[in-house]
Amino acid sequence: MTTPTLLPDGEPRAGGLRHGRPKYLEVRDLSVSFDGFLAVDKVNLDVIQGDLRFLIGPNGAGKTTVIDAITGLVPATGSVNHTGTEILGRKVHQIARLGVGRTFQTASVFEDLSVLQNLDIAAGSGRGPLQMLRRRKAVEPAVEEALEIIGLEGAADKKAGILAHGQKQWLEIGMLLVQNSDLLLLDEPIAGMSQDERAETGALLHRIAASRITLVIEHDMDFVREFATSVSVLAAGKVLSEGSVAQVQADPRVQEVYLGTSKTGGH
Amino acid sequence: MRNLLRGRLGTAAGFTLGAVLLLGVAPAVLPAFSLGLLGKFLCFAIVAVGIGLAWGRGGMLTLGQGVFFGLGAYIMAMHMKLADASLFGGTGVPDFMSLYGSGEVPGWWEPFRSPALTLLAVVLVPGLVALVLGLAIFKRRVKGAYFAILSQALAAAFAVFLIGQQATTGGSNGLNGFRSFFGFDLKDPSNKLMLYMIAAVVLLLALAIARQLMHSRLGELLVAVRDQEERVRFLGYDPATVKTVIYVIAAVLAGIAGALFVPLVGIISPADVGVIPSIAFLIGVAIGGRATLLGPVLGAVGVAAAQSSLASTFPSFWVYFQGLLFVLVIGFMPGGLASLPAAVGRWRRTPASASTPDAAPPSSTRPAAPDLPAPDPEAPDPAAPHPEAPDPEAPDPAAPHPEAPAKATRPEEVSR
Repeated sequence: MTTPTLLPDGEPRAGGLRHGRPKYLEVRDLSVSFDGFLAVDKVNLDVIQGDLRFLIGPNGAGKTTVIDAITGLVPATGSVNHTGTEILGRKVHQIARLGVGRTFQTASVFEDLSVLQNLDIAAGSGRGPLQMLRRRKAVEPAVEEALEIIGLEGAADKKAGILAHGQKQWLEIGMLLVQNSDLLLLDEPIAGMSQDERAETGALLHRIAASRITLVIEHDMDFVREFATSVSVLAAGKVLSEGSVAQVQADPRVQEVYLGTSKTGGH
Repeated sequence: MRNLLRGRLGTAAGFTLGAVLLLGVAPAVLPAFSLGLLGKFLCFAIVAVGIGLAWGRGGMLTLGQGVFFGLGAYIMAMHMKLADASLFGGTGVPDFMSLYGSGEVPGWWEPFRSPALTLLAVVLVPGLVALVLGLAIFKRRVKGAYFAILSQALAAAFAVFLIGQQATTGGSNGLNGFRSFFGFDLKDPSNKLMLYMIAAVVLLLALAIARQLMHSRLGELLVAVRDQEERVRFLGYDPATVKTVIYVIAAVLAGIAGALFVPLVGIISPADVGVIPSIAFLIGVAIGGRATLLGPVLGAVGVAAAQSSLASTFPSFWVYFQGLLFVLVIGFMPGGLASLPAAVGRWRRTPASASTPDAAPPSSTRPAAPDLPAPDPEAPDPAAPHPEAPDPEAPDPAAPHPEAPAKATRPEEVSR
């Protein structure tokens, strides 16, 4: 076994990888309805490996519901294809085993367990019964590498519950890395973070995104401008616009519903 | 590394101490009657070890362990009745069946004539029942109070079923009047001692298994499932599997305890397996400290000892006392008495450094630290408490399990 390399070479870029056979996420006609209310209405999304896609939109646009549908948390119709595998209709843990990982708006790490234990559990869904019954002895190389990437090597034995808010989010990202997810779905990873933490999180996303399919929900437009390679705008359950940050910002429909400046503003 | 070594040595020393107390000191100093009582308490302690795993570590409020305890107990009792009937009666038909029934042994009793099959069934029947129940319950994501109600209803139904079967299970009288245990005369004091020894050894084994489970990867995953079941799914695990495994282990422990209870106590009846005994199993665990290794054991033995001494003095008073104890512990000390040292430590440290949120001692970074009363140079000698009436604060000398106090401070967990 070679040492795992969680960190890819290079940076993410718009459109993703241009060579080889990149992995992809292809969402077609994804609809979610809650008691007749269409929270997600025939959404189409294409994200290629190596692209750092941000999903933006006003409150209640259905951004989180899209991620919930992809990860199997809410029932949905349509199709979600992850590099040739249809994942819609499977159970949550089966979808996770197909390489789909997500984080939550409120960091949900296992607070009673140490950082190391959190990562070890994330790395272990493929372990056999005998391995599960044994004690965790050595630190797996992937876990060690993830600790370094997320900058928590010094806190490995601390309880996750006492970490700072930003560190918890990084720990969640670290868990995605050791979980071996190639499709990362991050739900507002920088909410509640300080400026420094935001910058570090952005840099972290840039370091890991080149080899993965990454979809990030975000509200903070400064953060989006700085780190997104491409953007999809969701409003009222529909994809309104898609493209680079500049392109969607120039789209009058986006300005109308999301940025709050109307067409009559005269720019 | 030194930490690890000390942890291992500490564990070994703790187990040796436990073995010396249970297998050496107790039989030497206790009169035969008290030893028999202690043996009965040890059976409850074995059930408690399982509840500690399922409830303390897994968050499954198992209010129906009486079912599994009863299954193990009745299987053993049926075998002993059949063996007695063959040995002493000659007819091979248990006495009560000739009295109340047709005088014929029902077909489903027959397998338990075989000692080997009986021993196998004591483990397998509770295990399989728990497996089927666990899969049905946990795959459907039934949890929390619903799981508790369901398991309690099962215990009630089981007791009612037994009472209804006067001719085949002895009805509300249960099965009693045993004279032999696998060919050994139950009146012989040395055989009684042997039974006690078996219970003690089984308890030590159960503790060893529970300890291994708690510190294994499965144990870590179990805590994760307890605290954030939904999150675990997104990491690729099915929490239902994890919970079912632990539920089955707890059921098997309860079944074995039931099977040991019968020869030690000499009777098994619906009153020993229904709702009230199922809750009684739980009270000891809650009082001792459900998330720790030794807390449930000491709690179970302590409560059972208090019950047998208080109930004989004030027969009607005990129930109130038990209820009060439960309310006090749940209300003011959700982590049980095992959380007391940590609470005292926190209270002592508060004036000095109010800012440390971490209750665990800074030196023990290993979460799997000493949860057996390991001889600690700074702590008082844990060997002092008498085994018959164990001081409920006996876990004091051991450093608190770092995970216990943190868990303990969540009162909402209690309702699960």
